[in-house]
Formats: sequence, C-alpha cells, structure tokens
Amino acid sequence: MKYVDEFRSPERARLLSRQIAQTVTKPWKIMEVCGGQTHTILQYGLESLLPDQIELLHGPGCPVCVTPLELIDKAVAIARIPGVIMCSFGDMLRVPGSDGDLLGAKADGADVRTVYSPLDALTVARKHQDRQVVFFAVGFETTAPANAMAVYHAKKLGLTNFFLLCSHVTVPPVMAAVLRAPDNQVDGFLGPGHVCSIMGWHEYQELSLQFKVPIVISGFEPIDLLEGILRCVHQLEEGSSYVENQYARAVCSEGNKHAQTILLDVFQVSERKWRGLGNIPGSGYRLSEAYREFDAEVHFPVATIVTRESPNCISGEILRGVKKPFQCTAFGTSCTPEHPLGATMVSSEGTCATYYKFRK
Amino acid sequence: MCLAVPGQVEDIFERDGLHMATVNFGGVRKSVCISYTPDAVIRDYVLVHVGFAISVIDEEEARRTLAALDLTDELNELRTEAPIE
Repeated sequence: MKYVDEFRSPERARLLSRQIAQTVTKPWKIMEVCGGQTHTILQYGLESLLPDQIELLHGPGCPVCVTPLELIDKAVAIARIPGVIMCSFGDMLRVPGSDGDLLGAKADGADVRTVYSPLDALTVARKHQDRQVVFFAVGFETTAPANAMAVYHAKKLGLTNFFLLCSHVTVPPVMAAVLRAPDNQVDGFLGPGHVCSIMGWHEYQELSLQFKVPIVISGFEPIDLLEGILRCVHQLEEGSSYVENQYARAVCSEGNKHAQTILLDVFQVSERKWRGLGNIPGSGYRLSEAYREFDAEVHFPVATIVTRESPNCISGEILRGVKKPFQCTAFGTSCTPEHPLGATMVSSEGTCATYYKFRK
Repeated sequence: MCLAVPGQVEDIFERDGLHMATVNFGGVRKSVCISYTPDAVIRDYVLVHVGFAISVIDEEEARRTLAALDLTDELNELRTEAPIE
C-alpha cells in the first residue's frame, strides 16, 4: 500500500539504526506518546535496532486504557436501560467495569452495537427514532472532531434521540503531568503524529520551551519512529530542545483548521480523570453549553458509582514510563488481557497488553 | 486508537449535507467523510481515522522524507544484507 510499504523498508530501517548508533554518545530516555507508536515499536522489534544507550519509555497515549472505571460502569448502566441502544468502538466492549463489561450487558439482552465511525451511530439513531441511541465517545484529539461532527450533524438534522457519553482526553496536559512528576525520567519525546494532524504543534512548542525538552512529532510506521528517534537523539546530544516535525506528509504547523472549528464549537475544555493517573486539570473535553442536550450524563442520571482499583496494579507508573510491565509481579500472572487488573492491560494498545502480545 | 490509514480518493459525493468520498484502501473501498479536508480531489491520498479524512497526504513531503534517506551511499550497501523480520 502506498505511504505504508515504503515506510517499512528494512534497508531504510538499518540505515537509520546505524545513524542513531553513530550519533549517540550518552544514555537517553525517549518516550513515545501514543499507544499506536508503542504497538509498532514492539511489533517490529525496533528496540533491537537501537544502541544500548537509548531506552524507549512507553507513554500514556491509549484513550481506552485511561477511561476511568466509573465511566465504564456508567456506560454499562446506561446500556442496561430499556429502550437504549449503546454504540461504541469495538475496543471499549471488553473493558471490564466494576461489575462486568458492555459485552456482558449485551449477553444479558442489552442492545450494544459496535460501530466503525460515530456517523454509523448517527445512522442507527435516524433509523430508530423511537429508541435512545448513545455513542460512547472515547479518544484523543484525533478522534474528537469525528465525534463532534456526529453531534453537530445530529443537531442540524433535529435529532433528539442521539447522545454522547464523553470520555475525551487531550495529550499536552498529560505530557506536562509526566514531566512535572518528581520521578520523571523522560529526556525527549516522540510526539503524537495524528493528534498533531488535527491540532498542529503550537501547544508542543510551549511544552518544549517550558520544560526544555525535545519533541519530535512522529508518524506510526517503523521508518517514521526510527527517524523520530534519530532527530531526538541529535537534539539531546547537542543540548537543544525544540519541536521538530518528522511526519510532514500528514502534519502542518497549524493543524486542520476545519476540524478545530467544529471541535471547539461542540466541545469545551474540561478537567478529566485519567485511569491510573487521577484528575488532570484541562486535560479533556466535554460537550459545550450549546450541545448540552446531547450529553448522556445529563440525560441519563446514573447514581454515583463507587469504584476501587486493584492495589496490585502499577499502571500509573507504567503510564508515566517510570516502570516497565516486567517490573510488575501481577503481569502475565494475575493480570492478563483476558482478566486485566488495570488501565494498561485493558486495551490492545495499552503498554502491558502490547508487551503481553509481543514479548511474553 | 489514533490509528489512521492512507487511502486514495476515487469519487466525491454529498450525503445528507456531508462531504463524502469513496476511498480505496489497497483494494478495499469505504465511504469516508471529507468535510474536514474539503480541498481533497480525486486521486489524492487522504489519511482516514474512524470514517473521517483528517489530512490530505502531502506527496512532496513524503518524497522528501524518503529521499533524504535514499540519497545516502550507505543505503545501497545495506540493500545486500539479509532482510530483518
């Protein structure tokens, strides 16, 4: 496939591997922000192409993982209300809540449907105007404009039976949280390519300046990641810190203005709780006042759910790159993708689930 | 989750007031909303995430990224080595 195969070329990978080895003189820790990037790194064994001085830390960029348990419980509770159709991306269905997952609710008779796009959920709502259709909207800035468009369009069509259960998180505040932590180990970042396709890199310039940290916005193919690492190592070795764009074929400095316009009309910035990390101010979106009638949490008041995370789970430290899955005694024993104890094992893009798949 | 796949625009149409396109992903065709990439034209490659084109792939930039690597003499000697798995 064009724009995929050429960025997986073994020769180019070997060349970059050699250039990285020639550039590095000191030990550096580089964090890739996105779960998708972590997946590529493990899937292609990219760490084996790096000199010993370079350690990759895996970041918090898996939105399914960081969706708080309370919200999973709320989704299950709403799905069980008669007349509701709960629509969601496939990877949310198996995330266990305190008392079962969405798939379990479906097995019990709830109408739970997997959709590929939020527009598919909108189609369901138009087809079933006597039912209440809820879309479990999870994702980073890459996904938020798509979910925003579904709501924007629902309003334009005058639909009153379509709702969003919002779990939108944003990347820059969590990168700042990682950097502020007293045990932070990150020397440089590979920035989130697709998030920046939407948002541009203005916010990352602020981060880079404030924390004096190199950020190389990178794509998701092996060549993209290796080139991102090379550029990051260059900056670290010469003692500089600025934002570079490795992913120029898909990212420009100002991002996608059309997407930003709808995004900021439908959503407003809000505090969000991150599973494994806790509350982070200004780290997500909720529906703006003008679209409050589409908010599932307003329309379906569900009693406050008290949840308790496993005391054996170290996902908070995993999400911040402070520990690796093998340093957890539960990894692969009492915690597996079938029976996850916490955030980083619940989705296939979580660091623990990725290690389980490729390294176990 | 932020996975986005490149595909080629084959046809552009309107559906219920939304800009849509038929996009070919290596032989698999899907309807994709291109409201966020209104400048996309037939034959462009777009990057698609959850049914939405999020950017038009800049062919010139893609070529430049690869050319910068391919221009080095080292690449030719590496081509003779065994493939990595």
